[in-house]
Amino acid sequence: MSEQPLINVANVNLFYSDFQALKDINLSIAENEITAFIGPSGCGKTTLLKCFNRMTDLVEGCKVNGTITIDGQDVFDKSVDVNLLRKDVGMVFQKPNPFPMSIYDNIAFGPRTHGIRKRKDLDPIVTQSLQRAGIWNEVKNNLFKSALSVSGGQQQRICIARALAVEPKILLMDEPTSALDPISTGVIEELCQELKEQFTIVIVTHNMQQAARISDKTAFFLLGEMLEFGETQKVFSKPENEKCERYITGKFG
Amino acid sequence: MKSADTVTKKRRRITRYTLLKWAGYACAGLAIAALAGILLFVLIRGLPHLSFHFLFGKYSSANPSVSTALVGTLMLVFLALIIGGPIGIMAAVFLTEYAKKGKFVNIIRLAVETLAAIPSIVYGLFGMLVFGVLFGWGHSFMGAGLTLSIMILPVIIRSTEESLLAVPQSYREGAMALGAGRVRTIFRVVLPNAAGGIVSGLILAVGRIISESAALILTLGLVVRNMPTGFMSPGTSLALNVYFFGLVSPEAAAATSVVLVILVVGLNLLAMGLGRLLSKNKGSKKKRPARTIPMLKSGVEK
Amino acid sequence: MIRPFYRFIRAREKLMKVLFLLSSVFAVLALLVIFLFLMMRGIPSIANIGFFRFVFGTRWSVSDPNNQSFGILPMIVGSIYVTALATLIGVTIGLFTAVFLYKFCPKKIAKGVRQLINLLAGIPSVVYGLFGVMVIVPFLRNNVSSNGMGHGVLAASIILAIMILPTIVSITLDALHAAPEHYYEGALALGASKERAVFGVMLPSAKSGVFAAVVLAVGRAIGETMAVIMVIGGSPEMPNGSLFQSIRTLTANIALGAMEATGSILDAMIATGVILFVFTLFINVGFNLIKNKKKKPNKKKKPDKEEEATDEVG
Repeated sequence: MSEQPLINVANVNLFYSDFQALKDINLSIAENEITAFIGPSGCGKTTLLKCFNRMTDLVEGCKVNGTITIDGQDVFDKSVDVNLLRKDVGMVFQKPNPFPMSIYDNIAFGPRTHGIRKRKDLDPIVTQSLQRAGIWNEVKNNLFKSALSVSGGQQQRICIARALAVEPKILLMDEPTSALDPISTGVIEELCQELKEQFTIVIVTHNMQQAARISDKTAFFLLGEMLEFGETQKVFSKPENEKCERYITGKFG
Repeated sequence: MKSADTVTKKRRRITRYTLLKWAGYACAGLAIAALAGILLFVLIRGLPHLSFHFLFGKYSSANPSVSTALVGTLMLVFLALIIGGPIGIMAAVFLTEYAKKGKFVNIIRLAVETLAAIPSIVYGLFGMLVFGVLFGWGHSFMGAGLTLSIMILPVIIRSTEESLLAVPQSYREGAMALGAGRVRTIFRVVLPNAAGGIVSGLILAVGRIISESAALILTLGLVVRNMPTGFMSPGTSLALNVYFFGLVSPEAAAATSVVLVILVVGLNLLAMGLGRLLSKNKGSKKKRPARTIPMLKSGVEK
Repeated sequence: MIRPFYRFIRAREKLMKVLFLLSSVFAVLALLVIFLFLMMRGIPSIANIGFFRFVFGTRWSVSDPNNQSFGILPMIVGSIYVTALATLIGVTIGLFTAVFLYKFCPKKIAKGVRQLINLLAGIPSVVYGLFGVMVIVPFLRNNVSSNGMGHGVLAASIILAIMILPTIVSITLDALHAAPEHYYEGALALGASKERAVFGVMLPSAKSGVFAAVVLAVGRAIGETMAVIMVIGGSPEMPNGSLFQSIRTLTANIALGAMEATGSILDAMIATGVILFVFTLFINVGFNLIKNKKKKPNKKKKPDKEEEATDEVG
């Protein structure tokens, strides 16, 4: 692990028009770790996640102040090419959202976006991405079938493979298993453990056990504030914040 | 006092509503009869006069062929679509994919709705003034086509907008999260998924072009005899022919109407069918030969 | 290698954005140009004739160059007269038809009729006109007319009424289907008959849809040209109330005159166009105002985006 954190969030406030969705957030995330964001619905955890790759740009009336640096570069700086940023910071969404095209084209979409057009260059990327996402064996014979023809769990892993295909440094996961059955969820959790070797993962989850199972660090959010952040084990065994404790033990949320 | 005549009142009310019901039956019958009557009338009066000669033969006073009008109609469709189509689609893309809510968008929307409400004869006047008089083109396909291309803008913008809005937002997010810009997202993800609706909209616009007559009477002239010699020549269209022959040779007009009605109904059915077809097998649209990646099947780590 | 590629992408993004923007601005420009051109030729012409003499003049006579008179009051009255009559007939029949299709006929038939009606909405107006010339006019002349004329006010109104039927039926039907079904069930549960529930409860609750249908129908009827000129006769006379009088509408005045006209007559045609344009603008703007007033409480432009935003916020 390098001494400088990969992601550094300093004094971030975020507004949707008049509503303040994030209040003075400070945290840093180290390389090759899994960080989980937990908290009740509407607490701002997904919003913070979307700041990392500036998907917040898509929301009208969204204003951010404070700084988020990735690899020392301020994400919100004017000189940052948002498309390049998103190449470095991949994202997996709550609902599997493969494009309605073949599995191959889904995976190749990202590389093609970034200028890799030749078949002979794309083929190894597609293969490797699908292998990394652990779905190669299931789809290798159906690469040119529609990505919508496979199961939900497989679709989500295709989406993970799609995100990996552009070689990101960071993988953001927004409740990636909330729309999946327990078995698919288990597969994806295992996958996260393997991916951690090569990527830094930030995962938003509603599922306490999931956070406890897979993450190294955990941040607890409530009403736009980050109330607790630390080693997962510590956060779950003896949280410092009382609200966090009540949430983790299932007293509210 | 109320309770005293409830019974009679109730009975009277019921009869009133029952009367209304019978009026409903009668009106529905009348409406359906009138509308179906038009179709039947056109077919009965027109079909006997349809022949190959009438459709494609050379125009003469003995054979008031629609060949000139068929060519003219095709030229108009071509001109209007090639100009109005791209502009309309791109305007809709701007409204759905780029524009933020606000005054500017409201102005554009208001303009589009107003364009839709302008009577076609006013479009005709405008086309005549600008293309005919100001540009000095006189009656011409070019002038008529340009006029029509503005007329069909609202149809195309609306239908395209609708089908763009129907594309799930998650597709856009997915593409952009991979680093795709707006343009790539629009052309590779959004437009292909809205293609069915957009094409249906274009087909409806073609129907509108084919049906139009008032705007053409002032911009295209009414030259039924001669084959058009180019985009700058005056000419006629199927709908104009119906008007022209309606006064002098009703049988020819009816036969031309059959062609028109078949075209319009056919286009409508096509638009409906296409919409259904494309929404059914979304995703498996691209037909490529099944193929695996042979050289890597076994290789690459793990 | 990477740098120039992204520079290209960035340039493409900007270029296309401008193109998309220009396309949508084109719609606004087109409207402005249409408006300006009509006004530029029309206003001076109206001023020349004199606004009151033009709008309230009752004599339109252009054939004798030494004794021209451009009064379009007969056409204004004619347009209103024919439109009102057509709307009256069309809305009455259309409403009842929609109600019939809504509850009083088997679903399968309703679906079939609906499709027929949708198809008929696309039939060219000249075909309606031809039907008028070949069926309605002879029928009126031989069976109904008091003065041996088949062409005229009634023939035009009937044809227009038929033409606006599809609009009225489908919009009213949509409105009825959009009205809360539990109103209907509630009325039945209170012991109302089916007829009463439909006419007394459902139709009133769909009244905004009915209103929209009427406005659209009026707009279509007042702007219709070809079908009207084929059956209306076309004399520039002031309507005297007779249903079989040959008259002219504003649209007919433009179409009948502008094909051949030049000079001051053409200017008068364009001025007629201006008046017609203003008419339709009023109808359209009024309609939009009412529609927007109704829409405000739950406007939904981009449901997906909004949902996403509120998802996070709420």
